[in-house]
Amino acid sequence: MKNFDQLCCEKCWHTPQTPCEHFIQCCTEGPLCHNDEKCRIEISSLRKRLRYEEHDKPIIIIGMGTCGLASGAGKVKETILEELKKLNIDAIVESTGCIGYCAVEPIVDVKLPGEDRVSYCEIVPKLVPKFLQTVLVEKKIFKEKLLGTHGKSNQDAKNINEIPFFEFQRKIVLSNCGIINPDSIDTYLAYGGFKAFDKVIRLMKPEEVIKEISISGLRGRGGGGFPTGKKWELAFKQKAEQKYLICNADEGDPGAFMDRSLLESDPFRVIEGMMIAAYAIGASQAYIYCRAEYPLAIEKLQNAINLCERYGILGDNILNKGFSLHIKIKKGAGAFVCGEETALIASIEGKRGMPRPRPPYPVESGLWGKPTVINNVETFANVPPIILMGGQEFAKIGTEKSKGTKVFALSGNVKNTGLVEVPMGITLGDVVFKIGGGIPDGKKFKAVQIGGPSGGCIPEHLIDTPVDYESLKEIGAMMGSGGFVVMDEDTCMVDVAKYFLTFIQQESCGKCVPCREGTKRMLEIIERIPQRYASGKDKNEQLLRFKGMIYLQRLADVIKDTSLCGLGQSAPNPVLSGLKYFREEYEEHLYDRKCSAGVCKELLTFSIDNEKCTGCGLCLRKCSVEAIVGEKGQAHYILDEKCVKCGMCVETCRFDAINVN
Amino acid sequence: MHEKIFENYQPNDRSSLIPLLQDVQNIYGYLPENALRDISDFVGVPLSRVYGVATFYNQFRLTPLGKNIIRVCRGTACHVKNSANILYALENELKIKAGETTRDKQFTLEVVNCIGACSIAPVILVNEDYHGRITVKDIPKILKKYQTIKKTDKAEVTE
Repeated sequence: MKNFDQLCCEKCWHTPQTPCEHFIQCCTEGPLCHNDEKCRIEISSLRKRLRYEEHDKPIIIIGMGTCGLASGAGKVKETILEELKKLNIDAIVESTGCIGYCAVEPIVDVKLPGEDRVSYCEIVPKLVPKFLQTVLVEKKIFKEKLLGTHGKSNQDAKNINEIPFFEFQRKIVLSNCGIINPDSIDTYLAYGGFKAFDKVIRLMKPEEVIKEISISGLRGRGGGGFPTGKKWELAFKQKAEQKYLICNADEGDPGAFMDRSLLESDPFRVIEGMMIAAYAIGASQAYIYCRAEYPLAIEKLQNAINLCERYGILGDNILNKGFSLHIKIKKGAGAFVCGEETALIASIEGKRGMPRPRPPYPVESGLWGKPTVINNVETFANVPPIILMGGQEFAKIGTEKSKGTKVFALSGNVKNTGLVEVPMGITLGDVVFKIGGGIPDGKKFKAVQIGGPSGGCIPEHLIDTPVDYESLKEIGAMMGSGGFVVMDEDTCMVDVAKYFLTFIQQESCGKCVPCREGTKRMLEIIERIPQRYASGKDKNEQLLRFKGMIYLQRLADVIKDTSLCGLGQSAPNPVLSGLKYFREEYEEHLYDRKCSAGVCKELLTFSIDNEKCTGCGLCLRKCSVEAIVGEKGQAHYILDEKCVKCGMCVETCRFDAINVN
Repeated sequence: MHEKIFENYQPNDRSSLIPLLQDVQNIYGYLPENALRDISDFVGVPLSRVYGVATFYNQFRLTPLGKNIIRVCRGTACHVKNSANILYALENELKIKAGETTRDKQFTLEVVNCIGACSIAPVILVNEDYHGRITVKDIPKILKKYQTIKKTDKAEVTE
């Protein structure tokens, strides 16, 4: 037996056409329809093999998610295969998704027969020969790049969950990521996959499923935080011959990559969650709306759907229980606003992705006017564990109103970037300093941006705020989908506000006036802050800027109150939180004409240090406006009137000779 | 060339408009006018609507692409890690602005919102290859890599 779609013997039967209701149970427990010791052993040994528990050859597992590939995992795999041939070692090379610790990719795991699985990090192609020599030939731990063992801690290696990056995490949604092979349904089954669906379809009524989800207190992980159980219940009560289920994987939020990672590393989990949801609300057609910018995620998902269909887990009359479900992938076409549910529906229908006023909510009238439930990828991934552990058990994790865990994409100026899953209620500071390892290069922490363009920047004095929907809202940020960007002292908050406004302004669909025109005006005001006015009218300049700031606040309030959809309503958040917490910085820009972070280029002056400059001429050649003059071999000068403050010279100088004030 | 695509779709089904546009763009690298007309006929949606959809989404383009596409990520994490400078340096190096194609049709420079590789910011994507944690100094080297590929290709052809 090589995989689960082969049958153990003639007594067993299961195909998509003639489904058997015990199929999933058989995979996880052994044959039920006949009591045969041989078959039982065969299935259990297959399961052990797939879980890498029983094997005679060494197994090498490479993290091949997008972050791994971007760090060179493809090349690493090639080199490993070549090197194995040279060493004449017969080993199995497998790939897995992303374990979350993206900062130290490429990650390679090695599992020797009879020993624990050991993870190594930063295995670049150059290191491969030495690495394989140590691990496979000498059978020792490769200490230089050791990450941790998946077994018990010993004197050679700590357990991977005891190293700081993982120690404070609680993995429920990401438990399989970076462990299992995302291309293999057999591995997922062997790790207990589809058990929750099996339980639901055989033993639970739709009402019971919804009740369980309601008890768990699960709330939408896409940002809004609407109780999932309630949403399902509303859809369940609708009477319609056709209902739809949509998985929102249009992760347009810049700085967030949770959905991508989850879909790439554990696509079956998301599908299982969708199957349970579809069963609960009575939908027979489901869509996954995924960004086209995530080609690998789409590939893995499509493969997963195909495999599920081949195994008879998706399709008509699943497990002979009369429940049918078909899942289709719809590729997004690059519009941030399509993350909004009504815009997403419009996009699936082949229209421009523009939101419409609610009510009616999609649960009453959604796709093609039929009741539709839309949930985020992470929400669906939470469903199978809730069913298995029970709603009450799940509700024990987290705070009073926010249950469970939340996945964050930790990035920006922080040592350990990557994907982290933390229990609700942990403080922001713990995420930044305990898990993230603090700020690199000895810089000072300034703020954390949470919730993307809809969220806000949280300053240092609020760093002890717990992570939950209400607390974050109170301080002017928002849970959002899970972008978590750490900023150090070199980040200018005016510039960050400008950045988000530019983004929102470009992505505004243009349907309602407050968002279309208001964000444009706001951006203009913000852009004027660092800009120089026409020279000579200094007094007026100050006044105009000051007036602009007053309008900014007013505009922000109007946009917040009158926009049609969530995008517009939350668009002013980055500016408002900036004005609230970093007012001195705005004032410094306005009155002192200074940017202490050194980001707003218009406010800087560049000069060359005579003593440090060697006259190599590198900056002179790089300068696009010919603002640098000087003889070769002698110190150069910057002509201030020509300089456009692009900072290119600073980046190119090898002698650190350019001063910025 | 694009007529074959229609075989995979049902006519007069509005929901297949965006997938059709995506498939056509996969063939040509952009959306030629005659293809838009054909799609309009096939889907049964007025050409003006098709144009409306094609211009609404960032993914679609109505002008041809260069041989190599450089996508500069401008997500939050990349922004914090100074991707504006990377973009500026690329614009300088290629002597074009974002959204344009070089005159020799070698490079198209594009800006994308986020490619979801925030942990290795700043990132640029050249064709299908990710280049993470880059600095301005790396840019000439990266560009050269793709230019030399072009030269060897030519050499092989002449041989």
